[in-house]
Amino acid sequence: MDKFEKLQGIAAPMPLVNIDTDMIIPKVHLKSIKRTGFGKNLFDEMRFNRDGTEIADFVLNKPQYRNAEILVAGDNFGCGSSREHAPWAIADFGIKCVVSTSFADIFFNNCFKNGILPVVLPQEQVDLLMEDAERGANARMTVDLEAQEITTSEGEVIAFEVDAFKKHCLLQGLDDIGLTMEKVSAIDTFEAKDSAARPWV
Amino acid sequence: MSPKTLYDKIWDAHVAHEAEDGTCLLYIDRHLVHEVTSPQAFEGLRMTGRTVRAPEKTIAVPDHNVPTTLDRAKGIDNEESRIQVEALDTNAKEFGIHYYPVSDVRQGIVHIVGPEQGWTLPGMTVVCGDSHTATHGAFGALAHGIGTSEVEHVLATQTLIQKKSKNMKVEITGKLKPGVTAKDITMAVIGETGTAGGTGYVIEYCGEAIRDLSMEGRMTVCNMAIEGGARAGLIAPDQTTYDYVKGRPHAPKAGAYEQAVENWKTLFTDEGAHFDKVVTLKGEDIQPCVTWGTSPEDVLPITATVPAPEDFEGGKVDAVKRSLDYMGLTPGQKLSDVEIDTVFIGSCTNGRIEDMRAVAEVVKGKKIKDGMRAMIVPGSGLVRAQAEEEGLAEIFEAAGFEWRLAGCSMCLAMNPDQLAENERCASTSNRNFEGRQGYKGRTHLVSPGMAAAAALTGRLTDVRDLM
Repeated sequence: MDKFEKLQGIAAPMPLVNIDTDMIIPKVHLKSIKRTGFGKNLFDEMRFNRDGTEIADFVLNKPQYRNAEILVAGDNFGCGSSREHAPWAIADFGIKCVVSTSFADIFFNNCFKNGILPVVLPQEQVDLLMEDAERGANARMTVDLEAQEITTSEGEVIAFEVDAFKKHCLLQGLDDIGLTMEKVSAIDTFEAKDSAARPWV
Repeated sequence: MSPKTLYDKIWDAHVAHEAEDGTCLLYIDRHLVHEVTSPQAFEGLRMTGRTVRAPEKTIAVPDHNVPTTLDRAKGIDNEESRIQVEALDTNAKEFGIHYYPVSDVRQGIVHIVGPEQGWTLPGMTVVCGDSHTATHGAFGALAHGIGTSEVEHVLATQTLIQKKSKNMKVEITGKLKPGVTAKDITMAVIGETGTAGGTGYVIEYCGEAIRDLSMEGRMTVCNMAIEGGARAGLIAPDQTTYDYVKGRPHAPKAGAYEQAVENWKTLFTDEGAHFDKVVTLKGEDIQPCVTWGTSPEDVLPITATVPAPEDFEGGKVDAVKRSLDYMGLTPGQKLSDVEIDTVFIGSCTNGRIEDMRAVAEVVKGKKIKDGMRAMIVPGSGLVRAQAEEEGLAEIFEAAGFEWRLAGCSMCLAMNPDQLAENERCASTSNRNFEGRQGYKGRTHLVSPGMAAAAALTGRLTDVRDLM
């Protein structure tokens, strides 16, 4: 996994609440057996007409947001299906950070496995960032994971919380499985003890 | 010892390692796998030279992509779908995991097959690369969906890196009124809490109305815990649970079974245990429900009218405008006047034998409305066989329903079972998202009885009017 470096980029506003993973990547695009190439279908039904032409007023089709690397979104972003194709599509498009008041649990976890930083902030601060994002391409935000701060284009600094372990993994680009494998003896011990206690499992 | 919730107990019994910051390695007892969210995980194992740590605890079944038409033995037409199912065939064989191929009568939706075969047992941790894994919580198992990276993690290590969620209690007191079902309970709860109301929590459902439910009904309730945003939903096991489990192919056999039941009897929330959030609904207040919008929280009783955007606050105002436009509904319109083109009965929410019986009870001796497209897709080959044995299939076919083979089908429409643009469906599934059942398709979530009633009248209908 790529390390999450300090990010300075354009933020696209998506104020709609409850954006679900079916919207992020519709099921017709889940049929690949690979992890790559999903970016072209990110937000497919909101972004394209059936004939493949772009829907002009969708935010990521507007010239100022085509290279967005940050998404400022409405409440409960990423709800619904567990499909990791959703963060794969987001990352493949080039978005590395999503800000919202809340995220669905599975999507939130999936982001960290793919080098994407989901940032949870209170409504007033999301509103402030949404406003900043609406200024377009000249309004570049900075996301500093190490310092746990987002700086708006006007220099206002917003602090955010992030789980220390998840932060460490993102900053270092660590592979979870490799980390867990280092604790294999704890798993062995648990398994031996548990299979004696619950032999039917 | 301080009193514990059911969730606390299952959690504590599965922590294989805990770091100083509370990050845990949670041991996983059962890992269910389907064809859509697993190929990249198996590929990851191959690329890193890793193996499946506990193949005997890993069960795979293709369900999302499989055709449900009677001619499916001829194969899958869509090349990408076929490749996904073939990849699962290959991966199951190569890594030596339990497998129910499309040709096996036991094949079906993974969340129906697991319990049916006795893989899901009380007190277990169960995961699957599918959000509706919450279903298995009905057994008092801690069960939740995971992403594909986590599927690979569980395959390789039989654990998940987790932090504990908070405890939430959802109590349904008293008795349900006639015509009101488990589906209405779970929808009413989401209507009350919203789709993010459970975020950060594991829900324990309790109360007399929950106790009174069969295992099938409890699975329906827990299935939609994820639609309320919860990591998992749980129901404490009791005699209903033990009786359901007993004798299933992979349930503990005589001797071991008795030992297991003794253990399962300890799986309840202690008196005085702390819940971080409590929601209580009266069973008798719950009515047959229907969704009107494009989020599962957009729930109202069938007797209600379509709301207006002004009835809401904040970001929901614009979301409701968008929903009503998408759904082609007008504020003030009676929900029972909304005309339906299609009825879908099935899914991991409502594809079990009890659901089939509920439909048969409503449609017996009647005909679906002329021009109505109505399909019943049993949740597994064994549900199908049982429905045929009980004479239900004959009732469905005589009424004009298509009686299909098992799979996820139109719940997510990855196979050919899809809505056309602007087609409107009364569906027993779990999600009414935009495009969920087909591009620009319109979904109204309902119980099986309500779906059956809609098939007969051609509009959203209060099932109590037909009883």
